[in-house]
Amino acid sequence: MPEDTKPALLVQGLRAWYGESQALHGIDLEVRRGETVALLGRNGAGKTTTLKAILGLMSRREGRIEVRGTDITRLPLHGIARTGLGYVPEERGIFSELSVAENLALPPVVLPGGWSMEEIFDLFPNLKERLNSPGTKLSGGEQQMLAMARILRTGADILLLDEPTEGLAPVIIDRIGAAIRALKARGMTVVLVEQNFRFAQKVADRYYIIENGKVRDHFGTDELASRQQALGEILGV
Amino acid sequence: MTTIFGVPAAALYGQLLIGLINGSFYALLSLGLAVIFGMLRVINFAHGAQYMLGAFGAWMLLTYAGVGFWAALVISPIMVAAFSALLERFLIRRTYKLDHLYGLLLTFGIALIVEGAFRHVYGSSGNPYMTPPALAGVIDLGFMMLPKYRGFVIIASLAVCLAVWFLVERTQFGAYLRAATENPRLVQVFGINVPLLLTLTYALGAGLAGLAGVLAAPMYQVSPLMGQNLIIVVFAVVVIGGMGSIIGAVITGYMLGVIEGLTRVFYPEASATVVFVVMAIVLLLRPTGLFGRA
Amino acid sequence: MTSRPSDSTKASRLPLALAVGAVVLMLFAPLAVYPIFLMNVLCFALFASAFNLLIGYVGLLSFGHAAFFGGSAYIAAHSAKVWGFTPELAILLGVGFALVLGVMIGWLAIRRQGIYFAMITLSLGQLVFFVFLQSAFTGGEDGIQSVPRGHLFGLIDLNPTMNMYYFVLTLVVAGLFLLYRVVNSPFGAILTAIRENEDRAISLGYSTRRYKLVAFTISAGIAGLAGGTKALVFQIATLTDVNWHMSGEVILMTLLGGLGTVLGPIVGAAVILSLQNYLAGSMFPVTVVIGAIFVACVLLFRRGIVGELSAWLQRRG
Repeated sequence: MPEDTKPALLVQGLRAWYGESQALHGIDLEVRRGETVALLGRNGAGKTTTLKAILGLMSRREGRIEVRGTDITRLPLHGIARTGLGYVPEERGIFSELSVAENLALPPVVLPGGWSMEEIFDLFPNLKERLNSPGTKLSGGEQQMLAMARILRTGADILLLDEPTEGLAPVIIDRIGAAIRALKARGMTVVLVEQNFRFAQKVADRYYIIENGKVRDHFGTDELASRQQALGEILGV
Repeated sequence: MTTIFGVPAAALYGQLLIGLINGSFYALLSLGLAVIFGMLRVINFAHGAQYMLGAFGAWMLLTYAGVGFWAALVISPIMVAAFSALLERFLIRRTYKLDHLYGLLLTFGIALIVEGAFRHVYGSSGNPYMTPPALAGVIDLGFMMLPKYRGFVIIASLAVCLAVWFLVERTQFGAYLRAATENPRLVQVFGINVPLLLTLTYALGAGLAGLAGVLAAPMYQVSPLMGQNLIIVVFAVVVIGGMGSIIGAVITGYMLGVIEGLTRVFYPEASATVVFVVMAIVLLLRPTGLFGRA
Repeated sequence: MTSRPSDSTKASRLPLALAVGAVVLMLFAPLAVYPIFLMNVLCFALFASAFNLLIGYVGLLSFGHAAFFGGSAYIAAHSAKVWGFTPELAILLGVGFALVLGVMIGWLAIRRQGIYFAMITLSLGQLVFFVFLQSAFTGGEDGIQSVPRGHLFGLIDLNPTMNMYYFVLTLVVAGLFLLYRVVNSPFGAILTAIRENEDRAISLGYSTRRYKLVAFTISAGIAGLAGGTKALVFQIATLTDVNWHMSGEVILMTLLGGLGTVLGPIVGAAVILSLQNYLAGSMFPVTVVIGAIFVACVLLFRRGIVGELSAWLQRRG
């Protein structure tokens, strides 16, 4: 298979543990280039854990993870980001000791083609005005934008977004949605963990349903209608 | 003769000067400890040994290789930093996942080994180190005579403290340090080599101790045990300051040097203990230290 | 940290049998080993056990225990030599001093935990060191020499080595027994609970500070008992005993033997003193060896000799 037809992210038989207790029991994912994939599921199903395990943040993990056909399973924690994986954690991870500008400049550039500051400020104009304030003086929405912006700068083209809309006002959620669509337009690959199905529906191309640390089902937008019942059961939508 | 509070002014100024000098060393040493503690959460008991190594490095460079003070001022701290980087890489690193007390005990053991080995080879008596010719002699300040070298030490230590502050607060490397202090895992997930950052931080802190050692060499005897008792005073300084901030460590260092100098004028019997007494008082009034956070 | 045998009756009998055996062994040990050395081991075994009460059962690392050990040695030596106190009163006064000092230092130090506690006790110990260094009665660098051992209760002459030996053995066994009782009392259980989870202990309504302070004071007092006794054994009290190196040494003994084990500090004291004895005759620098043992203990066997042994025995069933 030629290099550029390989999936952006391939996860096979991923198992992971928090200390002694096993949280993932064999997750398989395949995310094609330029695709936005949403991981859906109940609280504690293993969605966030899947992202963390891909990034090497779990105390122990087994299985295989490939980025564009390259095995990254054995890389050190800081080597994984260098393959182009960008992470926006659920708690946003804005450093309180750093100003907004310092937060933005913190992650090193990993691949060419990162967004310029102008492009970032076009997408998130609020950030420009707040450059010199401390990171944690921002509102929740601004923190979310900052967390996304600082990853865009690095050229990472596979973004792992963990609950980007959690706790945000509808107006802000629309902005985040616009941002994700802008990323898609630029051909970036997105793995999105979401509780908010209505939001996921606006941006996602395909869905994985995670349950008890396993993939229960996966399908494309076209199959949504046939899955309504299952979705209602699991997500209450 | 002028007197201030019944004390001859010249004696007062003299002791204030000595206080500032001691304060310079307290500041440099507690700064290094604070930098290391901030990142590694290790109280570096080997700090006194690294200070001694800096001084001995300068002395050995001069004695065995004819390398003078100015070159030693650069080379010796770098040697200490390189040696300490190896310590971090192969020994100290293995304590990060344990109770922090093990880091303290490990570095204590390292200090004993280093100091014991030097004492075995060089004995416990001191070796003199010549003041660099450019800094010999005194300057007349009008109200007192200032030995040039002492003035240099005060200025040099201030400059170094300022440089470290700049490095940590105003550079990208400093941003990495501050971010990794807060959330090392996330910083590493961003692609920053945090284990290397830890090694560099330890080397930086130890290098500062080495630099203090070189500065001390022309003023005190270079001896294997020169850092032993000093480090305990610096620990007390650190408890008083509270490990909260770099600026806090520096200010507390100078302040206690001056307090010690004043004590030597007004109540000389207590000059050896005043830092510890201040520590006890601070613990009573503000257990987290002057600049510490709860 | 300590082993937890499954059979409770066996568990209560085994340590008792061991303890009785050890005491009997020590009764006859002077026949085989130089009694002065044995007395030294006994004093340090008690000192290390006192230190272990804090680190092993409350989780507090005191880096200033030399203050109690050496301080009591000075007080006992001075009262025996200058005031003509009988040995038991001299030691009692030393213990009293250590208790008072323990309340003072403990009261300050328990305001912080972990490494801060270690640094604070180290600093306060150094303060005590300087006070003794500058006091006239301690004789500065020379220390207090030619301390008379005197007559126990004014009756029994302690100058004969064997009399002194059995006196020391009695004191040390009594001290160890007291520590054992403290650890195995409801009080000891609360201490362990504080070590495991202080916030929880507070939420259960325990004034953890007060418990810590009492534990600290007991530990200081027994360290004082060891120090005062040692001063009479060697008939000298010097700065060595009050110096921070001594605090480091007692940490090493406990760490090497096994933190939080009953036997660990005793084994550790015996091993370190034997080693020092052996090295004193060689050219090899003692400090380097001590430092190397510290490094090895921290990196390779944090459970110490006794801890590793009992873990090994348990694995074997």
